[in-house]
Amino acid sequence: MAKDERTTEFRLIGTRPNRPDGLDKVTGRARYGADMTLPGMLFAAVVRSPHAHARILKIDASAALALEGVKAVVTRADFPTGLTGEDWNLQENSMAGDVALYDGHAVAAVAATSRLLAEDAAKLIKVDYEVLPHVIDVDDAIRPDAPVVRTGAADHSVPAGAPPNVVKCVDFGHGDIEAGFAAADLVREQTYKTEATHQGYIEPHACVAQLGADGKGEMWVCTQGQWYIRRMCAAVLGIDASGLRVTPSEIGGGFGGKTIIFMEPLALALSRKAGGRPVKLVMSRSDVLRATGPTASASMDVKLGMTKDGKLTAAKVNFRMQGGAFLGASPVGEALSCALACYDIPAVQHDGVEVLANRPKAAAYRAPGSPMAAFAVESLLDEMCHELGLDPLDVRLKNAVHEGVKASYGPTYAKIGLVEVLEATKAHPNLLAKLGPNQGRGIASGFWFNHGGETSVSLAIGEDGTVTVSAGTPDIGGSRASLALMVAETLGIEYEAVRVNIVETGALGVNEPSHGSRATFATGKAAVEAARQAIGEMCRRAAKEWGIEEEAVVWKDGAAMPAGPNAGKFPPMTIAEIGAKMGGTGGPISGHHETNAEGVGASFGAHVVDVEVDPETGRTTILRYLVVQDAGRAIHPAYVEGQYQGGAVQGIGWALNEEYVYGANGRLQNAVFLDYRIPVASDLPMIDTVIVEVPNPGHPYGVRGVGETGITPPLPAIANAVAMATGARIRSLPLSPPKVLAAIKAKGRG
Amino acid sequence: MSKIHVSAVVNGDPVDFLADPRESLLDCLRDQLGLTGSKEGCGTGDCGACSVTVDGVLVCSCLVLGVEAEGKAIGTVEGISQGSTLHPLQRKFIEHAALQCGFCTPGILVAAKALLDQNASPTETEVRYWLAGNLCRCTGYDKIVRAVMDAASEMREAV
Repeated sequence: MAKDERTTEFRLIGTRPNRPDGLDKVTGRARYGADMTLPGMLFAAVVRSPHAHARILKIDASAALALEGVKAVVTRADFPTGLTGEDWNLQENSMAGDVALYDGHAVAAVAATSRLLAEDAAKLIKVDYEVLPHVIDVDDAIRPDAPVVRTGAADHSVPAGAPPNVVKCVDFGHGDIEAGFAAADLVREQTYKTEATHQGYIEPHACVAQLGADGKGEMWVCTQGQWYIRRMCAAVLGIDASGLRVTPSEIGGGFGGKTIIFMEPLALALSRKAGGRPVKLVMSRSDVLRATGPTASASMDVKLGMTKDGKLTAAKVNFRMQGGAFLGASPVGEALSCALACYDIPAVQHDGVEVLANRPKAAAYRAPGSPMAAFAVESLLDEMCHELGLDPLDVRLKNAVHEGVKASYGPTYAKIGLVEVLEATKAHPNLLAKLGPNQGRGIASGFWFNHGGETSVSLAIGEDGTVTVSAGTPDIGGSRASLALMVAETLGIEYEAVRVNIVETGALGVNEPSHGSRATFATGKAAVEAARQAIGEMCRRAAKEWGIEEEAVVWKDGAAMPAGPNAGKFPPMTIAEIGAKMGGTGGPISGHHETNAEGVGASFGAHVVDVEVDPETGRTTILRYLVVQDAGRAIHPAYVEGQYQGGAVQGIGWALNEEYVYGANGRLQNAVFLDYRIPVASDLPMIDTVIVEVPNPGHPYGVRGVGETGITPPLPAIANAVAMATGARIRSLPLSPPKVLAAIKAKGRG
Repeated sequence: MSKIHVSAVVNGDPVDFLADPRESLLDCLRDQLGLTGSKEGCGTGDCGACSVTVDGVLVCSCLVLGVEAEGKAIGTVEGISQGSTLHPLQRKFIEHAALQCGFCTPGILVAAKALLDQNASPTETEVRYWLAGNLCRCTGYDKIVRAVMDAASEMREAV
């Protein structure tokens, strides 16, 4: 496989070998959440509230339990009481207590000997509700006279007298805001709004769970993080975490939405009540859309000050976000922190509130909070560039953050690559393409922190010198390949000689999920350390064999060898030779590393999109799309490109089509893929990518993490392009055809 | 509800199973025959993860009843390769990194094969429209389209 030119200093890093799990995944052999069957397995179905807000007066399961083959029914009464904080939130979101808080909230679950029987039984469970007033929209929910979602949910940050659904307030900033705005030639302030969207992974949540009366159990589940599932389920069910063994299946997409629990505790509770028989629970698509994910909706004010030559002097953002009926579910803090992170601005002020609404508990979605914030800030920046007659790319370059600048959210940046990204963007041929009538070009920058987190990795040398890596971060987009590349590079062996297994919770110390763009960064860093530890031991074995000092042995090209002529004359001892005789030289050889991975490097990106808007229908077509992003180092460039392309297209969906549509009754109106329309192949052109590499000094190979930044710029980039194409600036998403058409018509009338 | 005996041919092998009249062909393939390569992403015919062929016609198996398979020849992802020799589409999907999570991949392979079986030289636009019924949330489709085009090209040269 040819090496990409930019990474010539490495043997394997930067190449594009076939992924180790590719064969399983193109033959249908790979086993996902719903593909597991166990002996004696029961099937579960869930009863969900049809009301956005309703008191549960009575649940009568007698008719269901009377059916032959129905083995158990559980309600909230089957779960422990007295939980607090996020544990209570998780329990309450898994199964409603006294009150159903959103359309789709689970109120009961049943297990039976077949799936159809379980579904029949669920229909026989009678629930009496007293319907309560509900509120859906974030701006409606913040009103002082709004229906109260829950009392007593607010945290200490909320001042007395705040509207009843406000549960959290955030504010931070630095610099002299008034002086900053006074120094500006142009000050503008606007309000922007984004609707909730869903992660939209194609695999619905699924698990097979087994739990005995002794509190010991196991679970097969599609998840981004088996230890998170273990901890959360244990808390919700009141069992010991170590009593539950969680094995991650292959995962059919997650994007943040599979980092927490939804129906998993129900399957465990049913199993416990059914005498410990395993229970399979698979969500329908409609359940997924109604009761998992989604992301928050946002209403945002932005005020920017700019000099006439394009220098930002001050910025003020005020965000209101709802993340459902649960405190802490909205990413308002992250959104504020990301909002101005791309720019070096002397004075910044951030204010935000989280508001409860009768919606499901929001889950993380790819760079949580950053896309909404970027939509607001990057849209206003674009408006001001046009007003001042400045090039929007040059203005971004002029204000771009770089090493040593104090970030808008506090810390001082280490080595980062936004300037390099913007320069590469400027040099791309897509910017030279001529635009025709009804066409427009939009540009935007984007940011994500990236994350390190708790990580534990083991690596074992086999008897033939091949290597097994045990990793705890599920492979959601090619991380087995990137981990194998880094381990093989470090050990000086072939890529194919490394097998990466994603292991269950009993096999390693705690690992955080594959979230925060951390799998290749943090698990990779730990895997390299584990490999170095094994190298140390292999050198010791060789030293012992040769009768020389340990320090006189070095590791090179997959073999131990004397460090120099003074060390003695011995032929290299290969990893295969060392592995073959390790039983006689001291026993098994392995490497292990545990860390709270530090040295995270932020990733910046810039996108350029060309669109054409049909003036008769308001439909937007993407003509060209360019993603430029700093990877730090691309371990497997094809999967880095894949992250860029996939993130961009999720952002395109958010910008153009996707939204949660609620009826006046508070019920979700578009809980199927036909109506919740994610981008399809015929909507799109090829997605051009440029991988910029400004290595992260905090990782042995320079990795930053590439998963999330790419969803951030599309929202404003497309809005900016549509504004240029139509002359109409739309400040709310999605830019659906009716909305764009109305904006074009309003402009015509104006 | 009493079950109905169904005889069919799946990937060339004769099979018999008992189907509840409410069960979809997808349910029968997965639960009765253990062929879990076909996936359920929506159950409403919108995502294409369950794509199979019935007598050579591409369908969403979640929209076909199991009992309708009586006497039919069904093709699933498990039948695309010839023994251990991968179909060019399968090889190209791996080489082009045309899958990330891999959940939509079986349906897309079945659909793409159905396209190439009837059109050896599809344009990019034809590939995009043919696959418009197969949702992928990970890749943005770029590498999928390239893999299908490259497989088609290789298959033309091999003729």
